[in-house]
Amino acid sequence: MGKLNYRVVIFILAFLFGVIFSIPSLTQSESGKKITLGLDLQGGLHMLLGVKSDEAIKSSLKSILSTAKFELEKNDIVIDNVNIGKTSASFEILDEDEVQNALKILKDTIKDAQISVNKNIITISLNEEQIQQITQKAINQAVETIRNRLNQFGLAEPTVAKQGKDKILVEVPGVKTQEEKERIKALIAKPAHLQLMAIDEDRAARVNEMSEAEAKKYGDIILEDVKDPNVKYLVKAIPILDGSMLVDAKAVFDQNGQPIITFELNGEGAKIFANFTQKAAPTRARLAIVLDNKVYSAPHVNERIGGGRGQISGGFTINEANDIAIALRSGALLAPVYILSERSIGPSLGADSIRASFKALITGFVLVVIFMALYYGMAGVIADIALIANLFLILSIMSLFGATLTLPGMAGIVLTVGMAVDANVIINERIRELLREGKSIPKAIEDGYKNAFSAIWDANITTLIASTLLFFYGTGPIKGFAVTITIGILASMLTAILGTHGIYELLLPKIKKENLNFWFGIKV
Amino acid sequence: MEFFRYTKPIDFMGKAKYFGIFSLILVLSSWAIILIKGFNYGIDFAGGTVIQIKYDKKAPLEEIRKELSKVEKYKDATVTFFGSEQEVIIRTKGSSSEVTKDIGAEIKNILKATGNFEVRRVDMVGPKIGSELREKGLKATIFAVIGILLYLTFRFEWRFALASIIALIHDVSIALGAIALLSIPFNLDILAAILTILGYSLNDTIIVFDRIREELQKSKTNDLFTIINESITKTLSRTTLTSLTTFLVVFVLYLFGGEILKGFSLTLLIGIVVGTYSSIFVAAPILKWLGFDVKEYKEKLAQKKKREMEKEKLRAQFEQGVV
Repeated sequence: MGKLNYRVVIFILAFLFGVIFSIPSLTQSESGKKITLGLDLQGGLHMLLGVKSDEAIKSSLKSILSTAKFELEKNDIVIDNVNIGKTSASFEILDEDEVQNALKILKDTIKDAQISVNKNIITISLNEEQIQQITQKAINQAVETIRNRLNQFGLAEPTVAKQGKDKILVEVPGVKTQEEKERIKALIAKPAHLQLMAIDEDRAARVNEMSEAEAKKYGDIILEDVKDPNVKYLVKAIPILDGSMLVDAKAVFDQNGQPIITFELNGEGAKIFANFTQKAAPTRARLAIVLDNKVYSAPHVNERIGGGRGQISGGFTINEANDIAIALRSGALLAPVYILSERSIGPSLGADSIRASFKALITGFVLVVIFMALYYGMAGVIADIALIANLFLILSIMSLFGATLTLPGMAGIVLTVGMAVDANVIINERIRELLREGKSIPKAIEDGYKNAFSAIWDANITTLIASTLLFFYGTGPIKGFAVTITIGILASMLTAILGTHGIYELLLPKIKKENLNFWFGIKV
Repeated sequence: MEFFRYTKPIDFMGKAKYFGIFSLILVLSSWAIILIKGFNYGIDFAGGTVIQIKYDKKAPLEEIRKELSKVEKYKDATVTFFGSEQEVIIRTKGSSSEVTKDIGAEIKNILKATGNFEVRRVDMVGPKIGSELREKGLKATIFAVIGILLYLTFRFEWRFALASIIALIHDVSIALGAIALLSIPFNLDILAAILTILGYSLNDTIIVFDRIREELQKSKTNDLFTIINESITKTLSRTTLTSLTTFLVVFVLYLFGGEILKGFSLTLLIGIVVGTYSSIFVAAPILKWLGFDVKEYKEKLAQKKKREMEKEKLRAQFEQGVV
């Protein structure tokens, strides 16, 4: 044996490092950092969502309007002809003498919008910055809400993140069935806007003949029953309270064994609720429980209800009841979301992809290993050892970073197997050349590495430039390809250049001029 | 084992003109194909929907087409086998943005009369994302070329850099021409393959150029073609071996890697072949055509050396306190 040199020591350490940190990924053990499989390999749902920000702006205008209305009516100023546009809303002040007074009240109470006046018409408008703020708030809130909902749904490690300025990335691995996928999508999209509304008992009997416009005149709206769209309810447009005052919601079974949802209101909500039920009890007026603009039930109020508890029944299945409870607990979506792109992969296809790409990797690897050994003899075997170390290093580095292995990523590893031996091919050719020129073995090895270096270096740098740009500009699974190629090239500098050099130095005393065919595959 | 045993230089440059003409024809016809036929842009860039379903028996293509044609949204859908006769790919240009309207469920419903099947994959890209990806992909390619050009100019003489970029355009053009000709759906993975070819093709060219640079400093002749022949012959073994191992693994990927990677690996295979060819036969003669002169280069080199030596001398004198 030759002397133990720093190159071989570094190589052995790197090899050990590679093996040790690959173990958690290879054995899929519970503990330790490991590679996550991309959605294309384990199956799952990937969605890029947009937020309908114009709806968020509209609802924010509405809430500004209701504040305005409340404040003005407190001062006996009556408004009419309310008009809600895209980024502004306007209304008329009936008594023109009150306009200046109204303007003063509004300027005092409304801080997050511009107020302008033209004769007796007051316009409340949002500027670019305020619109941006509302949009951002809606997106952030949607990310938060969807994340909460998916976390409670019970599937492993869903990802919900803001992407770019106005997109939401949702990734749910391990979705097994079509039904499960639909449930998840329904859960994500559910506005979960709970409202408790008073039925307009004075006019409720006429609801079937009434038009929307007529209802509006009375300050009412018409809502449909959740199960039967022909059953209609006339309710007061301004709700008694809404889901923002909810603190908890649970799916339980009622005394008949039917799944229902019980909810609990916060202190303020409980007070409002008690107040309303006290007033409604003498006439046995009805209370509509409205979720996402559908009436689930409208029971008569028989007595004052304190404690702020209520329930929603509607012939749910237990899954539906569960999902609604989750959505209620996680809060309502300020603005609806829509799909920009969707990729969903069934678990069986993911498994097929793993099997196929793994087969390609193993076959390609074995072919290259055998070929190198046949062509270069021991020099090829040494290159093969470097190649094995390279694979372990790729795996370990990906594990440590918790990187995601995608199908293109697998392709990148396969490609690395072919390209990583390039450095050794260049070096071995140089050594052979020098041996043929009659140089001594140590000299041939030393100069072989020296001569080969600049070519290997330049070639690797250019590949790195291409793969780095692919990483920064690529998206989704393609990033995985860039990652494995990049790690593969970097690792190959360590294994194929430094590592093999060290091994030669270690074995140098054994390499004899008489058996060059065994060591380098040539006869001189 | 040895494939090529170096005895004397092979005369590659004697035939350079013919290879040049051959390459020019290939590149021009590739451009023509791209211009006339155009790319078959996949959903990543064009937007649209791809649905992959697998039947428990042979898929009834005709029935599937019939059922789909009844639905407005899927009227123009194309239906083809995918990998096996049990699996089918349905492609449409449309996409839907409603979260609760699941395409898998929709297809299950439309095709329920055609037999038992499983929805294995749904890929849907809306028009907005498609154009964003297109822009990003173009940026990545342009920056990659600029970055590499800058690096090569820094490492080599400018004619080397320009020659390798021309060789690169040659390789990528032919690969793109093949993609258009074979109607391979142009998706993100194909872009990744093109960028890989970009790196690979340069890789090969650089190895040869590196050797030319070395020979320029060593050899006594001033004839560029002699030097090029010498360099290419000496690197021939490496060029073919690396191409062979890379080709081998990508070919295995093409055969066993599954249907989804077929377009990707096929593009790479074409790129490897073209890249190898161009680095042997095309890249080096471009140097000559760009007016590279060995004598001039050597003189420059000598002058540079002289300057450095003078500087060295001055420094030595300075340190000795002579000046």
